[in-house]
Amino acid sequence: MSAATAENRFAPSEPKKAKGPRWNPGAITHTLDRLGLGFFSPFVRLAAADEPQKQATEITRNIVLPLIAFGVFLGAWGIASQRIRTEAQKIPSPAETWAAWKGIVDFAKHEGRKAVEFKTRMHGLAWKQEGLAEKYAEQLRDAEETRNTEAVAALTEKVNAARNRAKSLRERNYSGPPTFFTQIKISLFTIAVGFLAATLLAIPTGILCGLSKGFNIALNPLIQIFKPVSPLAWLPIVFVVVTALYSPPARESLITRAMLISAGTVTLCSLWPTLINTAVGVAAIDQDHMNVARVLKLSWLQRIWKIVLPSALPFMFTGMRLSLGVGWMVLIAADMLAQNPGLGKFVWDTFQNGSTNSMAQIVCAVFAVGIIGFVLDRIMLILQRLVSFDEHAI
Amino acid sequence: MLEVEKPDLKFGFIKLTDCAALVVAKELGYFEEEGLFVELEPQANWKTLLDRVISGELDGAHMLAGQPVAATYGFGTQADIVVPYSLDYNGNGITVSNAVWAEMKPKVPKGPDDLPKHPITAESLKPIAQAAKAAGKPLKFGMVFPVSTHNYELRYWLAAADISPGFYFDPKTGEKNIPGVLDAEVELSVTPPPQMPATLEAGTIQGYCVGEPWNQQAVFRRIGVPVVTNYDIWQNNPEKVFGVTKKWAEANAETLTAITKALIRAGAWLDASTENRKKACEMLSRSNYVGADEAVIANSMTGTFEYEVGDKREMPDFNVFHRYHASYPWYSDAIWFLTQMRRWGQIPDNHPDDWYIKMAKEIYRPDIYRAAAAELIKEGKFTAEDFPPADTDGFRPPTSAFIDGKLYDGKKPNEYIKSFEIGLK
Repeated sequence: MSAATAENRFAPSEPKKAKGPRWNPGAITHTLDRLGLGFFSPFVRLAAADEPQKQATEITRNIVLPLIAFGVFLGAWGIASQRIRTEAQKIPSPAETWAAWKGIVDFAKHEGRKAVEFKTRMHGLAWKQEGLAEKYAEQLRDAEETRNTEAVAALTEKVNAARNRAKSLRERNYSGPPTFFTQIKISLFTIAVGFLAATLLAIPTGILCGLSKGFNIALNPLIQIFKPVSPLAWLPIVFVVVTALYSPPARESLITRAMLISAGTVTLCSLWPTLINTAVGVAAIDQDHMNVARVLKLSWLQRIWKIVLPSALPFMFTGMRLSLGVGWMVLIAADMLAQNPGLGKFVWDTFQNGSTNSMAQIVCAVFAVGIIGFVLDRIMLILQRLVSFDEHAI
Repeated sequence: MLEVEKPDLKFGFIKLTDCAALVVAKELGYFEEEGLFVELEPQANWKTLLDRVISGELDGAHMLAGQPVAATYGFGTQADIVVPYSLDYNGNGITVSNAVWAEMKPKVPKGPDDLPKHPITAESLKPIAQAAKAAGKPLKFGMVFPVSTHNYELRYWLAAADISPGFYFDPKTGEKNIPGVLDAEVELSVTPPPQMPATLEAGTIQGYCVGEPWNQQAVFRRIGVPVVTNYDIWQNNPEKVFGVTKKWAEANAETLTAITKALIRAGAWLDASTENRKKACEMLSRSNYVGADEAVIANSMTGTFEYEVGDKREMPDFNVFHRYHASYPWYSDAIWFLTQMRRWGQIPDNHPDDWYIKMAKEIYRPDIYRAAAAELIKEGKFTAEDFPPADTDGFRPPTSAFIDGKLYDGKKPNEYIKSFEIGLK
């Protein structure tokens, strides 16, 4: 239904113009708008020669103004980096930050090469073991021919041992330090787990709060008390819970304790916006809809599925978008404290290094955190628009 | 090669140069030659590090020598930790802020070259501490952990000049004091090593005792002046150890021997030449290890130590990794920590000498070290002369190489405890 409204929005502009566009850019620009990339639409329209003058102005406004602002920011940053300094540390300049970024990338590449070298080395060792196994196997055949049972038993064991060693050598992974990019991956995985848990907790609770006044009144004080609590306060509690209840099956497993502690803290801090928005969304459902459900004699579950969820969906997604934003902010602090090897730990470790380029590396991390946060927010915005009637959610 | 039970290992460390043996054993492939694949992970602070060793997230760690002792005794977190290898001797310093140094300096005796005469005692700090206390704002010093060598060394240095660093326990009232500042003339508090310079610069503390590179960092940043190294407080004092839980050691006996083998080789390599030390400085300066600038690390790692800016002196024994049998886990070293815990009230009760010796034998495990050494001798990498004589009883000879000249005999801990003017007896 929302797609139809959008079509109508663009339709009138087409036939009325004397110099119409060569082709209808509506479909593309609409998709761009949907993806939260609306600032690219003027380019598409310009390509389609749809009101070139207007598009040029739009482009100037959408691209040039932000560029000017960014330039001013860089200038201010450059000046600040010259002025703000303690005895030994200073705000890094944009150039130093760029150099530090290249250093981070080089380190990751270097580790990548080392990992390959390690694999080659292990394969070499495995080859040797396989050669050894081959040799024993030959001796074993000889022993079998001469029916020397003692030698057969001993050699079989040797063959198997060598083969096992070769196998474990081949399977061995490089145990190097995490690079900036693996840390980003770990952070994304952690936020995914934390956010998923928050959503699974918040939506059902929110629906119950929205449907039942009594439930809402009962839970409200708890929600209000826990909502403003800082991640720093939750973390020790999550630490105890996770340590008591979870022991990872193997060290290499993806879900480590530190990761769960971090994700758990994210969950506790980020579930509130989703919960409250869901409750509000459900409570605001048109009574007529509920009456229809009653007339149709829908079961309780059907009512939730067919009436409550669809009507409250836009609210829920608004809440989830806020939750994800909070979660991402909390994650950096939680990673620091839980020693989960994500971006927060990168910032913490780098700060502790205290070398001349540490500050510049931290600035790189600040940009990375910001850009990833922005991308996550855009993704949520797209989802929000897909379920919402409001085209202009920003 | 030993049949190791657990080839994939993760060790924790704190960003300090004295984790060098672990870094070298990994970077030079000594671990790999033993069939061990080790990941080294920096930890936020000593408590997190110990907690994660106990919970099994880390297999072992670079620990303060006092940590296994205190953990086994049960001060702080209780857990049985064993030590097969001692990572180093010395390597700490006490740094004061520029303001405190400006007041101290005129009172410090000068040598013939017109530079301050070392070792600098806390005598010159005493009037400053008393004045600050009288003004209601006692001096605050940072140390890294309640059971760290730094805490005991700072206390030792202050108490040697008759300044009370405060107690953890009052035997008269039976009151326990968790921060350890009962009757303190200078208040000590915990700050993680890498944050020391920043905390000093922020003015929260007026001085600190910490390992390298954080004293040299203060010199480079011009925010403070190192006044004394722990070599001057006690020559060749035990500093860091490699520790694992007792349970882990029992389940992975061969692995632990293999780890100890690699560490012995790394320690010997570090002490073999200045060239090696320089290479180690480069390794340590990488951001995934200590991460400080190479020049800062090299300032103390290559046999020198800079006090005031420009006052750089020879300090060949500032870091000792292998010489003087520094990597052997001596019972007498564990007992020294127990004596200091008793002195300041972390151990509230009196115990006979036997108790001290029994505790030390539970924690320090020279038998594992011996097994590793025997393997290395068999492989032709070392000779029997590289290790303490086979008939040693595990105690270092009695010494009085302390700043206060007291005699310490590891077999007579109570006699040593009773010899202090300030301290519980």
